Amino acid sequence: MSRLKGAPSPPSAARPVGTAGFVLPALVLIGVFLVFPALWTIYLGLTDYRLTGLEAADPRVVGLDNYTAALGDERFRGSLWLTVQFVLGSAVIGQAVLGFAIAWVLRDRRGPVKRVTEGLVLLAWILPSSVVAFLWIALLDRDEGTLNALLHTPGAAWLLDHPMPSIIVFNVWRGTAFSMMLYGAALSNVPPSLLETARLAGASTLQQLRDVVLPHIKGHVLTNLLLISLWTFNDFSTFQITAGGPDGRSEILPVYIYNVALSGGRLGFGAAISFLVLLVNLVFAVAYLRLLRSRRTDATPKAAP
Amino acid sequence: MIALRGLTKEFPGGVRALDGLDLEIADGEFFALLGPSGCGKTTLLRTIAGLETPTSGNIWIGGTEVTSVPPGKRDVAMVFQDYALFPHMDVTANIAYPLRIRKVPRSRREARAAETASRLSLSELLSRRPGQLSGGQQQRVALARAVACHPRAFLFDEPLSNLDARLRLEARTFLKRLQRELAVTTVFVTHDQGEALALADRIAVMSAGRFTQVGTPTEVFQRPANTFTAAFIGSTPMNLLPGTAGDGALRVAGAVLPLPGGVPDGPIVYGVRPEYMDLSPTPRADAFAGKVAVVENLGTAHLVTLESREHLIQAVVPEGAEPSAGTAAWAVPRPGRGLVYRDDRLVSPSPANGENR
Amino acid sequence: MSEHSKPERSQANRHREGRGGEVTDERAESEGRATPSEEGTSRLKGRPEPAERSEAIRHAVAVIGRATFLAAVLGFFALPLLWLATAPFDARPGITVSVPEFTLRNFQALLDNPYALTSLRNSLIQAGGSAVLVVTLAALAAYALSRARVPGRDALLYVLLLLSSVVTGTAAMVPLFELATRLGLIDTHLGVVLTLSGGLLPAAIFIMKDFMDGTPTSYEESARVFGASSGQILRHVVIPLVRPGLATIAVWAVANVWGSFLQPFILLRDPDKAPGAVILYTLYTEGGAPRLDLISTFSLLYSLPVVVMYVFVSRRYGFRFHGGIKS
Ligand SMILES: Nc1ncnc2c1ncn2[C@@H]1O[C@H](COP(=O)(O)OP(=O)(O)OP(=O)(O)O)[C@@H](O)[C@H]1O
Ligand SMILES: [Mg+2]
Repeated sequence: MSRLKGAPSPPSAARPVGTAGFVLPALVLIGVFLVFPALWTIYLGLTDYRLTGLEAADPRVVGLDNYTAALGDERFRGSLWLTVQFVLGSAVIGQAVLGFAIAWVLRDRRGPVKRVTEGLVLLAWILPSSVVAFLWIALLDRDEGTLNALLHTPGAAWLLDHPMPSIIVFNVWRGTAFSMMLYGAALSNVPPSLLETARLAGASTLQQLRDVVLPHIKGHVLTNLLLISLWTFNDFSTFQITAGGPDGRSEILPVYIYNVALSGGRLGFGAAISFLVLLVNLVFAVAYLRLLRSRRTDATPKAAP
Repeated sequence: MIALRGLTKEFPGGVRALDGLDLEIADGEFFALLGPSGCGKTTLLRTIAGLETPTSGNIWIGGTEVTSVPPGKRDVAMVFQDYALFPHMDVTANIAYPLRIRKVPRSRREARAAETASRLSLSELLSRRPGQLSGGQQQRVALARAVACHPRAFLFDEPLSNLDARLRLEARTFLKRLQRELAVTTVFVTHDQGEALALADRIAVMSAGRFTQVGTPTEVFQRPANTFTAAFIGSTPMNLLPGTAGDGALRVAGAVLPLPGGVPDGPIVYGVRPEYMDLSPTPRADAFAGKVAVVENLGTAHLVTLESREHLIQAVVPEGAEPSAGTAAWAVPRPGRGLVYRDDRLVSPSPANGENR
Repeated sequence: MSEHSKPERSQANRHREGRGGEVTDERAESEGRATPSEEGTSRLKGRPEPAERSEAIRHAVAVIGRATFLAAVLGFFALPLLWLATAPFDARPGITVSVPEFTLRNFQALLDNPYALTSLRNSLIQAGGSAVLVVTLAALAAYALSRARVPGRDALLYVLLLLSSVVTGTAAMVPLFELATRLGLIDTHLGVVLTLSGGLLPAAIFIMKDFMDGTPTSYEESARVFGASSGQILRHVVIPLVRPGLATIAVWAVANVWGSFLQPFILLRDPDKAPGAVILYTLYTEGGAPRLDLISTFSLLYSLPVVVMYVFVSRRYGFRFHGGIKS
């Protein structure tokens, strides 16, 4: 049991130096390619830096001009609203609900049905995004798409007429696996005795879900929602399906930044929007880590009898 | 030989796990460290092994000072409580690991591993992984690994505590035989006093980072030096009753007992083991009067708990002699078996050949 | 269900259910499989018949509902994948899923295409390079952080975890592009490897530390007492013990780099350096009629390594959640 007492103190004075030597290479790489870009975003966001032209050679600091310009920009506000729809529709509602439903239905099943279902859902998650994007283009194609063949709706241009619903459904398909696995793990940790007690007391499925399961997996639900929202908010794979089009009707923020900054060349303006994305990410991540911490401290007294 | 001088270990949090320990362990001696959980046994063993650096004090092994020698250079072998058998190596590789570190050629070290294994009746298991072994077999592999490198000392941290009761008895006998054969100095940590009494040449009883007593099993069992040791040692705890010495007699819990020589007058604590008490059905002056509260079957004897006015007094009576609960009984300490403590130190003289500490 | 061996308990169940009037679906299922002996006991007690019938109906509804749901899920997830399974082997691949006129000629066509094979090689270089870098650096850092008590260790881990989720490719695309330009890393494999590794490292360290924390220190201490040096301990004990962790990180890194599109898309201009993910995108966006034979075959080929790796890892070690998500 002695191992539960935590790591032993380093036995020789030379240890901390070794520690630094081990950690440093990783820290340098992270510093240069993760921390520094994040900080640089802030600076670039305050300039009128451009990819080409006069400002490329000699960018000027323009203060908060980029931000005021963004707020006044119809296209940015539209993109923001589309992003909210995308995150709420595909992650918070789509992935989380579908993932939970699948996990619940499969929770104490064994055998091929479970394996095949989980396998397919996982496959959608692990395939490279370029492949997946083309699969959906093929599925939704106007002239020869499988969906039109199946629904007998030849000529229905899903990606042109309904770009947002299309990419929302796409992202549900793409990302449900994580929620399914997380809820699967969470459900297997609900003590069967609790469910049995509820059943003995005559609780219906819905009552069991509400009174026993949900309180027990509350932390997991929140974790899941935070993470999938964060990921969906930063997802770039829809670029490969609609590239934000038609007419920016599916231009969620990541695509917007790419189109404006790297395609359109307005690097400073793009950096300013990136910084806003960073801030939103920060809020999600801090909330997530706080949750993790409180659950860890919660868990300690429970572990000790 | 292992020697400690003023050994102190304070953990960063301020816990003083070892508090100025002095000790000498003779060559070939089987030495047990015994004490309640958290008293510092493991810390002492790890400090001897070199896995912890002492805050102050010194350690000698085999006559050389090793206080700042790294663990691998101390020439000791340690068996951890969880055995720490490498799960990715088979039994042969595990036993031969210390030799591999010493760059013994593969064929030689495998031969030596096989030889050691056969000595510990592990020959059939040589190509198994630790995960495929029972607890008892794992324990023997861990021993074999320690034996194979012919160290100057063995350090065992509760090596038997993961075995079930029956296996533990077998392993105990086995361990004692092995140690006698090899004649290697052994420090053995346990919180099971039965184990310590059965195995050790000498025992150190620890409490809160200090030794409360160091002595042979007989000394520690029959003449515990203080009330902590007295209460800790023995399968049934010793009766410890407050009383006074004076007028040539001891007055304890209503009984008047003969005063051993050398005990000054004043308040004392009187101790007597339940095993050294007899029950009398009739009143006696030199007996503790009480009512039988509980009778517990120990197999070949019974443990009787008497309720006197303020105290609970226990006696072990032979089969067939047990009283029934609720009856009155008188517990008589056998002559010469009572111990008298004053200021938490043993003051009654030894009936046989003098005091130890 | 073991309940059936305990008639008294089942009896209690039935009794309460009768009162509550509600049954859960799997309860209903187990009722359906009731053993004869249990049926016997319940009859002895003279339980009311209607309850049993409504239970049976509910049971049927639950089973049908569940089957329908599962069928819909299967259909939804299988539909887009079907094309990937059929088109590569179709002599005349269309966009619609159809029973293929079986052929392997498409693979031949792919082999003849210069970009396809180069891009696979590029993917391999970038994924392999990142995996080696990430596994090595993460393992060293995680080992040190797990074993030594350095002040501020927890804060460091906290910040790392925070960074890993905050600074995404999306949020940092402008400075990453700038940085690569100034360091001369545009159009180099190294640029892609370093950029992606920097993003993967924090989470990798976190996952690795989980594995390191999970291996008792007594293994290393035991080796130390036998005289092993730090290097020997690392080689003989630590690395073999955390091999599942190393494999997980490696697979995770390879899969991530293999699938990543944004960073190579931004950092590489030269199609000779582009990985499969980018080449695939250009194959179907670049004008005219897309070469469906190439796209389908390449998609399949490009997906296979990732799928194989996941199957391997989940077979071997089982899926696990990391970074505190599992708990
Ligand atoms: N690495 C450490 N850091 C801080 N305190 C420690 C550490 N290791 C042990 N301690 C403390 O030192 C004291 C002695 O611990 P030790 O493990 O030696 O006890 P023990 O006698 O072996 O107990 P047990 O019988 O439970 O194994 C305890 O109070 C323990 O909490
Ligand atoms: Mg201990």
